[in-house]
Amino acid sequence: MKKATTIEAKTKEIVKKHGRDKTSLIAVLQDIQETYNYLPKEALSAVGEQLDIPASRIYEVATFYNTFSLNPRGQYLVEVCAGTACHVQGAFNLMDRLKRDLNIERGETTKDNMFTLEEVRCLGCCSLAPVVRIGGNIHPYLTQDEIPRILRNYRKQG
Amino acid sequence: MKKISTLDDLKKAGDKGLKSLFPGDVKIVVGMATSGIASGAGEVYEALKTEIKKRKLPYILTKTGSMGMDFIEPLIDVIEKDKPRLAYGKMTPDKVPQLIDQIVKGTIDKIRPVYRVDEEDIIAKREKKHYLTGAVPEYLKDIPTMYEVPFYKKQVKIATRNCGIIDPESIEEYIARGGYLSLHKALSAMSAEGIVEDVIKSGLRGRGGGGFPTGVKWQSCRRAEGDIKYVICNGDEGDPGAYMDRSVMEGDPHSVIEGMIIGAYAVGAQEGFIYVRNEYPLAVANLTKAIEDARGCGLLGKNIFGTNFNFDIKISKGAGAFVCGESTALMASLEGKAGEPRAKYIHTVEHGLWDRPSNLNNVETWANVPVIISRGGKWFSEIGVPHSTGTKVFSLVGKISNIGLVEVPMGISLKDIIYDIGGGIPGGNKFKAVQTGGPSGGCIPATMMNLSVDFDALWEAGSMMGSGGMIVMDEKTCMVDLARYFIEFLVSESCGKCTPCREGVRRMNDILHDICAGRGQEGDVEMLESMAKGIVDGSLCALGGSAPNPVLSTIKYFREEYDAHIKQKKCPAGVCRALIKYEINAKKCTGCTVCAKKCPSECISGVKKKVHKIDQKKCIKCGICMESCKFNAITVK
Repeated sequence: MKKATTIEAKTKEIVKKHGRDKTSLIAVLQDIQETYNYLPKEALSAVGEQLDIPASRIYEVATFYNTFSLNPRGQYLVEVCAGTACHVQGAFNLMDRLKRDLNIERGETTKDNMFTLEEVRCLGCCSLAPVVRIGGNIHPYLTQDEIPRILRNYRKQG
Repeated sequence: MKKISTLDDLKKAGDKGLKSLFPGDVKIVVGMATSGIASGAGEVYEALKTEIKKRKLPYILTKTGSMGMDFIEPLIDVIEKDKPRLAYGKMTPDKVPQLIDQIVKGTIDKIRPVYRVDEEDIIAKREKKHYLTGAVPEYLKDIPTMYEVPFYKKQVKIATRNCGIIDPESIEEYIARGGYLSLHKALSAMSAEGIVEDVIKSGLRGRGGGGFPTGVKWQSCRRAEGDIKYVICNGDEGDPGAYMDRSVMEGDPHSVIEGMIIGAYAVGAQEGFIYVRNEYPLAVANLTKAIEDARGCGLLGKNIFGTNFNFDIKISKGAGAFVCGESTALMASLEGKAGEPRAKYIHTVEHGLWDRPSNLNNVETWANVPVIISRGGKWFSEIGVPHSTGTKVFSLVGKISNIGLVEVPMGISLKDIIYDIGGGIPGGNKFKAVQTGGPSGGCIPATMMNLSVDFDALWEAGSMMGSGGMIVMDEKTCMVDLARYFIEFLVSESCGKCTPCREGVRRMNDILHDICAGRGQEGDVEMLESMAKGIVDGSLCALGGSAPNPVLSTIKYFREEYDAHIKQKKCPAGVCRALIKYEINAKKCTGCTVCAKKCPSECISGVKKKVHKIDQKKCIKCGICMESCKFNAITVK
């Protein structure tokens, strides 16, 4: 119960920051996503009450945009850039290698909650293709070969 | 921050900016756009800071945005009094002490500049900045000037005029280069109608992809009925392979803001929105700071420049949906809804955001506006070609030597961009095609390299200008796989509202997947063509309407590759996994064992110094063996 009440309080705080206005919905959800790394159910019902928006509408928005996740994400978000420049430089091979090494599929999280694997639609770093962004850090000119070492380093950092 | 309400105030702020741009002593500027940072510019900046402090030098260290030459990042500029500005590429922290030595001694030793700048145009101010006074110092004589370097020779910088020069966080430096002078001119010496006419005269067309005449759009919005109107900046740069708008928002945010204020005055809007991709955190940060600063000195807010014109801007972050680059979907998203487009027979200039007249333009379009106001529509219309005036910024990426951001006059040939500016294809590979317009565009084959790069010529060739992504492909890029890639992208980004796009594009995707997996059948290409027609005719918005373009253009120019996949079950480029085979060339293999060690599926066998072998049954075709072989002994067929 305690967890639910703190999430509710935090959500109210976020709503207050953006104003209790229906048009703030996306900005509010973005802040919740940033705080918890996903959109907890308790937060969404609090948003509904605060902004007077039905749950169905919130669900529609939360599932429409790629930024939002309804499931908890791992500590590090691993985003393989799927931009055209990265694609022609073989980014699909990086995705496959990450799937194998992390033993998960796209959109899944590792058992130890360390990594979530996603594809991102172009990070705009085409000059460094192919790139993978891990926990916000861009790894340029990445080769399959470097992946095990990089993952090990993130694991070490904890 | 000091208020700016007169021309004199603006001049004073500009003087301050000039002092920080050219402090007189030595100044080192580090290019710290997103790609610069990812290539290690942050470490170079820190190393410079430490070295300068250690030697107690009076040098000034600042940051700037993208300098354009992304292929040799991290880049830095060194500015010294009365000497040419010098640019150094591929900087690393360990080169820093040597570089500082060179500056102290006034020599060029091991670390050579890429180019020097003796003087440059300050385009919005109709002035030249002379770095060099007197003759070129002897030790710099063999360093080429910026405009002698092939990468820059054919470029003309209007939209990116300040990128890589000013500190994007400094409003004074923007003002020092003629910033907000156009706004002053617009508010004090021009009527709203006069501004619209000048923009029409300039011939400026929307840089976001559609190419609609900007001035005409402004006029419709100006004439639309309603007390409350909006201007919107579309910074939802979603095309994969394109980052021009990111660079402008990160490197010169005030140019966009100034353009929007002028536009708002012209159409009669009081409020503006900038919709930025969430994937661009630095752009969001720099725009936020720029808006706060502009507001702080009264260039946004009430009574701008002492007139009765009020205007302010809010930033809205996108949440990762490609379709939000479409204007009606973007407006829905601004209203806090799912970004679904609506039919366009109701024009957004009359009924847009919250059903009010709204004028939406793209980042690059807005950034051009201050220069048009400063130099006049006629001046702008004389750059480029008759129906496509001015310049266009492209992100030149893919299989090309000089990857980077380039701004060229419209009407330049593709050949000039790819060979002269881009330096051709690396690794001795053969140039095959160039893709423009993102998922809505198409591929132009090597045989059409003399094509003029303008809105109409690209459209006629089956592609489109798009927002400016230009992806170069060589013989190792499979055109069928590329078409599949774009279609797959569109399947996941289709909003699902209308059936032709939701279901049709998905079916095209299934067929393309089958072709790439070796399950293609005769008649598939014709089926794709006929489906494409239905999707183009029946879709609600431009996303669906242009979705088949990458397929149609690759069929048009590379039909033989489709046939090879379908009939011979072969992928000539060696990309489609189901149709390829990696083999070891016995003549070249030295038995170094590197490939065997790296193979994740342990399918390569052999003893040291003897020819190795690949077990085709176990091979997962990841290609790591080919990547790691130093003797080019591994081939793909």
